[in-house]
Amino acid sequence: MTEFLDMGGYAAFVWTAYGLSASALVWLLVSSRRKLTASVVAVDAARARRKGDN
Amino acid sequence: MHRFANPAQFNRLADVVLPWAIGLTVLLSVAGLYYALFSSPPDYQQGESVRVMYVHVPAAWMGMFVYMVMAAASFTALVWRHPLALLAGKAAAPIGAIFTALALITGMLWGKPMWGTYWVWDGRLTSVLVQFFLYLGYMALWQAMEDEEKAGRAASILALVGVVNIPIIKFSVDWWSTLHQPASVMRLDGPTIDGAMLVPLFLMAAAYQAYFVVVFLWRMKLEINNRKLSVMRQASLQNTETQMEVAG
Repeated sequence: MTEFLDMGGYAAFVWTAYGLSASALVWLLVSSRRKLTASVVAVDAARARRKGDN
Repeated sequence: MHRFANPAQFNRLADVVLPWAIGLTVLLSVAGLYYALFSSPPDYQQGESVRVMYVHVPAAWMGMFVYMVMAAASFTALVWRHPLALLAGKAAAPIGAIFTALALITGMLWGKPMWGTYWVWDGRLTSVLVQFFLYLGYMALWQAMEDEEKAGRAASILALVGVVNIPIIKFSVDWWSTLHQPASVMRLDGPTIDGAMLVPLFLMAAAYQAYFVVVFLWRMKLEINNRKLSVMRQASLQNTETQMEVAG
């Protein structure tokens, strides 16, 4: 296990590369999903207001 | 009403594709990471540091692929005035920017132990950095103008001009002397790296591709909703104005 984590002495480079890749991609995924959900709520609310007006 | 017909159709199609794309992203990521970190051999020269390749090369490929998606969408938007195409470019840009940034950063983390330096100003690294700035410029132009039609057109023109950078990235390692290795997978005479390394490389590339489909479709739906909101806002503004005129 320690041997695996050590990555033949390249641990700092290998794990940083994987860690940054995973965090950036997960962040974009989650923030895109959140913005989409918020926009769905906003469209529904605007539609409801419109019906109320007429 | 026919203006909304297209987005409605798009949303239906996206909802069919999305569950499959999400499933594939999870499956391919797990398999790809397993092969990349456990089940593939260290390189005979680079040792374990070669594992950076499995996140570096797919990110670099995707950076270029997404750029071509953005450019094709921009072309369609400019020539045929297709409203969805404009939104497709806008949806793709941040994803491509992230992939390009990751290609640069993971490349630096691979360069330091292998070349002895994080960065060189050679053709490959510089042209990929230019691609990153093209993405930033495209996104900035969208933000810079109040009128969305004008902003979209300006951003699309930038995206198309920037296409010239794609062959420069691809052939930079053949044209100029560099520390970067030449193509070893996308070659006319076939890949020159070992099959045991091609498996994790292709799995990770496929995972990144599936990930792109998921985030791209979500962002397309988001942009369609934003467009709907701004149309409704304008309509209700006009409504209030008419009511005020009638009342006044």
